[in-house]
Amino acid sequence: MALLEVSQLDVRFALRQGEVKAIRDVSFTLERGERLGIVGESGAGKSVAAFSLLNLISKPGFIAGGSIRFEGQTLNTMSERGLRKIRGNRISMIFQDPMMTLNPVLSIGEQMVECLKAHRRISSREARAIALDKLRQVQIPSPEKRLDQYPHELSGGMRQRIIIAIALLLDPDIIIADEPTTALDVTIQAEIMALLLDLCEQHNVGLILITHDLGVVSQVTQRMLVMYAGRVIEQGPTREIINDPQHPYTQGLINALPQMATPGEKLNQIRGSMPSLSNLPSGCAFHPRCDFIKRADGQTRPACVEQVPGFVQTGNCQVACHMVAELLEDRRLKEEGQ
Amino acid sequence: MIAFLIKRLMHAVLVMFVISVLAFAIQDNLGDPIQQMVGQSVPESEREALRERLGLNDSFLVQYGRFAKNAVQGDFGYSYFYREPALGVIARHLPATLELVFAATLIIVLLSVPIGVYSAIKPRAVLSRFFMGASIIGISIPVFLTAIVLIQIFSIGITVTLFPESTGWGAWLNGLLSTQGSMPSFGRGYDLVHVVGHWDTNMASWDGLKHLVLPAISLASIMLPLFIRLIRAEMMEVLQSEYVKYARAKGISMRRVYFVHALKNTMLPVITVGGVQIGTMVAYTILTETVFQWPGMGLMFLDAINRADIPLIVAYLMIVGVIFVVTNTIVDLVYGFVNPTVKLTGKPA
Amino acid sequence: MTMTTNKAPSRLDRFRDSFVWYSFKRDRTAQLCLAVFLCLVVAAFSAPLLAPTDPYDLRQIDIMASELPPFWIDGADEQYTLGTDAQGRDLWSIILYGTRVSLLIGFGAVILQALLGVTFGLLAGYLGGRVDAFLMRLADIQLSFSTLMVAIVVGAVVKATLGGAFYSQYAVLMLVLIIGLAEWPQYARTVRASVLAERGKEYVDAARVMGLRSKRIMFRHVLPNTLSPIFVISTVQIANAIISEAALSFLGLGMPETHPSLGSLIKAGFDYIQSGSWWITLIPGAVLVVLVLSINLLGDWLRDVMNPRLYKG
Repeated sequence: MALLEVSQLDVRFALRQGEVKAIRDVSFTLERGERLGIVGESGAGKSVAAFSLLNLISKPGFIAGGSIRFEGQTLNTMSERGLRKIRGNRISMIFQDPMMTLNPVLSIGEQMVECLKAHRRISSREARAIALDKLRQVQIPSPEKRLDQYPHELSGGMRQRIIIAIALLLDPDIIIADEPTTALDVTIQAEIMALLLDLCEQHNVGLILITHDLGVVSQVTQRMLVMYAGRVIEQGPTREIINDPQHPYTQGLINALPQMATPGEKLNQIRGSMPSLSNLPSGCAFHPRCDFIKRADGQTRPACVEQVPGFVQTGNCQVACHMVAELLEDRRLKEEGQ
Repeated sequence: MIAFLIKRLMHAVLVMFVISVLAFAIQDNLGDPIQQMVGQSVPESEREALRERLGLNDSFLVQYGRFAKNAVQGDFGYSYFYREPALGVIARHLPATLELVFAATLIIVLLSVPIGVYSAIKPRAVLSRFFMGASIIGISIPVFLTAIVLIQIFSIGITVTLFPESTGWGAWLNGLLSTQGSMPSFGRGYDLVHVVGHWDTNMASWDGLKHLVLPAISLASIMLPLFIRLIRAEMMEVLQSEYVKYARAKGISMRRVYFVHALKNTMLPVITVGGVQIGTMVAYTILTETVFQWPGMGLMFLDAINRADIPLIVAYLMIVGVIFVVTNTIVDLVYGFVNPTVKLTGKPA
Repeated sequence: MTMTTNKAPSRLDRFRDSFVWYSFKRDRTAQLCLAVFLCLVVAAFSAPLLAPTDPYDLRQIDIMASELPPFWIDGADEQYTLGTDAQGRDLWSIILYGTRVSLLIGFGAVILQALLGVTFGLLAGYLGGRVDAFLMRLADIQLSFSTLMVAIVVGAVVKATLGGAFYSQYAVLMLVLIIGLAEWPQYARTVRASVLAERGKEYVDAARVMGLRSKRIMFRHVLPNTLSPIFVISTVQIANAIISEAALSFLGLGMPETHPSLGSLIKAGFDYIQSGSWWITLIPGAVLVVLVLSINLLGDWLRDVMNPRLYKG
């Protein structure tokens, strides 16, 4: 049994204008010590997915269907009390913006100690010792001094190191990191990411990395999901997807990387922009932006506009695309005909 | 810390300067001490001589300088009505007002924090809706009207005959809704306990407390709904913040999330706004003291206006100015101590 | 301005499509409050038609009929529905006239506050620098003293300077001036905050680059964008102005008893509350509360709907 099993997760937001489906039919698993990337543009539902794992989506959002199972326990139906024992303890989170994440009026020490004391029966002195140890592990300069400092006295990079230290405080099984480096200076992004990867490998911690940065995903994770408009459109081993993307959207994303462009020429772009979740196109949500919906005879593939694509197995990956499905089907038919 | 104090002090001095210029302008234009000193029959030449001797013909600046110098030494001139130094008159009336403000502040703090926090945590609960409805009604009732209604209910008493007295339940309901007026509604009572100097307290005897209750509730009634709404609004905003979400993600108890993470951040803006509001409560003491004939500064001020007792009016303005400046400075200092992001060096880090 | 072509939707159409109208149609409280408020306004301004007697006409006052209770209490005279006050004036008539006075002063004072506050706020926000520092410091000091205190002091000084008789004669004008002068900082701070927010936006830069004069930019481009917060605080300010007027009148610094507002009616009645004639003070009091409450609730609703970034404390 996998450590974490998410199946057919469905998250909605009850807004004044009606219900908006933020996430639909998302399924994946995570093994102990495995690193999984969730990739997509902003608005694809990555963060909602991350927060829903610990049932932390704030109103008006709610989990409308599916299940999240952690070591066989179903998290999405668990009591708040039961969840509290898992949050920060077995599964911890790293938020996007370290400037906003730490409470401005509490000292670093307080914010670390309270987390330890919430999950273990230990004295403040012991808790401080553990906190100090973790601060050393994240290679923060003069860690003793940091415990009595307040967040505003530290730089963004240092704060994110502290957040990583807090995430590691209770030696969790999984860390969910929601865009952990986006808010930081470019120069220290790589440093922080390397630190996180290093610590996860050292302690055999599972990592769910949510990001829009394909480069980071390819360096850090073993498997990945690509999300578009609340759905997973391609998933599989990171290496295979990066080297041979099947879905037109994934292809577009990889083509859009700066290193894929010819020097001196314009960067490749996916035309158009992500549709709003309250007003999704019919069929495959990507079809208005897709360059492949025309068949060889010049006709638009009707399936793309009419049906939501299901997953098709290609190698070790699963792809939700009519085009890929049809091409594979054509090939199979041809092979059978011979 | 030192720089912060100096900056605050400079600000305070500036404000006091503006107030003193205004106060002096009032005195200069309204108060004709000659009129007060001598009778109608005194000929103009003698008046002129007196004017010259008192320095009333000096330039505005010279006269202001004299006024400011005396004011700093606590000399605001003689009250026309009481025929004694204006500052002494104010000192006699000050403790009554301060006790009233203190009691009202106590009521406000003890009620607004729990109610505000509760209705922020459970915005949809019936009780929260009740508190919100009650608070907007509270804001809409002027202080003096609250005071009058309280007097009618608790001091004069109301007899309800809405339900038929002949039936048992009617009589019971009538009795339930009727009140016996037993609370005092006039002055401070005679059972005051002397503390020190001019300070006789209402808070050390049963009768004194009974006299204090209605005025204090009236005075609190204007600020209490404002504070409840302010605390609720700030708390709801804080509860939306990332650090509250993060605190929940750490698995700590909701009680700690609410009362340590959220409340501390909620109270920061409440201290700034609230501290100033407590200061402005002095203005509302004028109304409350008038209704209850509470012998404090507010009532004294209104009497001084009606008697055109200019030195007393001017002294009152200056003293109230000092009170406001002092409360504002204290509020800033408290804010600096509570909020770690203000390093008390003059600007937020 | 009001001309409409076939293409552009008329103002009425735009209003019908707007969120304000949509949420008004669904909000019972807002509808009720507007109805109550409009009823009070219409009743007050048609006081000469509705009132059975003219309370300003001394010949109609019968001192023998003083302190008569309202109709549901024994001893009432059916000629006087809500009873009479201590001078024998019909309470219903005098309340109608009094509400009119309160509303007049409330509206007048808010118009003056808005004129002063919007001008100063625009100047401070747009010009910045010393003008800004001076105006905002002034606003700070005035606000830290509380607007009520400022109004009381100004009222007291004006009354002492001009003399009680003169003050009473022009009381409506005086109160409009006093409350208008005392409460402009609310507007100034709100307008300044939104001007600062707007000033950073591109269209203002664009207008400046196009060579428009700053006065024109201010009034044609920036001001319209600050209208929704101004509108929202105006409702609250009308309620405040009516309460301030009542407070000043209650302290004897407002409307004289011969020409009373709701506040001076409450004051006049308060002297008789101990003798059991509670209606003289509490009925005008209830009218005042209903009036202010309906405005405050409307203001609350408007703030929720328009959700402007108001200046916070």
